[in-house]
Amino acid sequence: MDAKEIIARRVALEVKDGMLVNLGIGLPSMVANFLPDDVDVFFQAENGVIGLGARPPEGMEDADLTDAGGAFVTAVPGAASIDSAMSFGLIRGGHLDMTVLGGLQVDERGYLANWMVPGKMVPGMGGAMDLVSGAKRVVVAMVHTQKGKPKIVPECTLPLTALRRISLIVTEMAVIQPTEEGLVLRETGPGVTVEQVQEATSAKLIVRDAIQEMKLA
Amino acid sequence: MKTATKVEAAAELIPEGSTLLIGGFMGVGSPHRLIDALVARGVGGFTVVANDTAMPGTGIGKLVTAGLIARAIVSHIGLNPETQAKMISGEIDVDLVPQGTLVERIRAGGVGLGGVLTATGLGTSVEEGKRVVEVEGKRFLLETPIRGDFALIAAKSADYKGNLEYSLTAHNFNPVMALAADTVIAEPHTILPVGAIPPDAVKTPGVLVDHLLEREH
Repeated sequence: MDAKEIIARRVALEVKDGMLVNLGIGLPSMVANFLPDDVDVFFQAENGVIGLGARPPEGMEDADLTDAGGAFVTAVPGAASIDSAMSFGLIRGGHLDMTVLGGLQVDERGYLANWMVPGKMVPGMGGAMDLVSGAKRVVVAMVHTQKGKPKIVPECTLPLTALRRISLIVTEMAVIQPTEEGLVLRETGPGVTVEQVQEATSAKLIVRDAIQEMKLA
Repeated sequence: MKTATKVEAAAELIPEGSTLLIGGFMGVGSPHRLIDALVARGVGGFTVVANDTAMPGTGIGKLVTAGLIARAIVSHIGLNPETQAKMISGEIDVDLVPQGTLVERIRAGGVGLGGVLTATGLGTSVEEGKRVVEVEGKRFLLETPIRGDFALIAAKSADYKGNLEYSLTAHNFNPVMALAADTVIAEPHTILPVGAIPPDAVKTPGVLVDHLLEREH
């Protein structure tokens, strides 16, 4: 199992029955593949659908039905199509139970940077700032290090996405919960030790109890 | 009763340097025939307000390639490397705005509000140069209204009165933009007799629409 699948399978356990959930493009979108059968949720795509479904069969795509990454999707029974004002009203207004996004850096305050690398990559924030400011729970799903360099750092050096402490960080090496006191290590990845997690993390981690290995959906 | 306008004639209505609100999300729900006519005509210097600049060869991406955009007010340019290159070279002045803030600024411009108070962007680079307003103990950024000279929108169908209905994720910014420009040009896939769109299905009342593009040949 590769790092991304471990992360997606662990994040899937955070999704509870009845939630409205927004999954970001890329790794976060993989979470939908690993939901337990008894968990019935609506996925929102911020471009305008509540009730995002699987990819349509080849050649049967509807040009007017895509996800926020522009990929063709379907809509599940009970879905609703909405305009951008309604879509972001749901996000900012506290109606979205959970968002799962990628991250470039998360720091000891629990702040996320995920929308630009000055001088290198300026894609724009899209909906990320609204999602991180407004969703009830913000889960960051990302690989633990970037080319060996820690992404969980004392203080973000990249531009912040929001001044909001995110709810949970899930990587292939660890589950970490940002709190008032700092970053609390909750679980380690399959076959990973606490020492290995700390070594790959430049932020200070609070290790309180016996750490469990993460369960996967 | 509206008259159907030829697409070339609609493009001729738009002077050099106009501010254009253009519907669409990665090209889905964009007025593609109108964009092609603008490219064919070659008059530019536009300020484009839109969710994104799509991809090279698609939707607003064609206006980027043709060099018709002087300024872009958008939330995302990540899928269009040409926009990024032209931003870096200074050919296009790009204002990046959080997606939910962008749609509400346009809505404010369209519904007679003096601005929007949102927590999105607080403590980030989006805050720079803006007023922070405290309401009932909570801090918000004051974001100003946006209006256009023209709104160029796409719809699933129109009736002869200009009432519009939209399809799935092709709603996005279109219904909001129809409120916020001096002149609204709508490009429906089909035009139907009055009554064929039930009142409950009308998302943009025809009173807002100035020009309907004639049917696709």
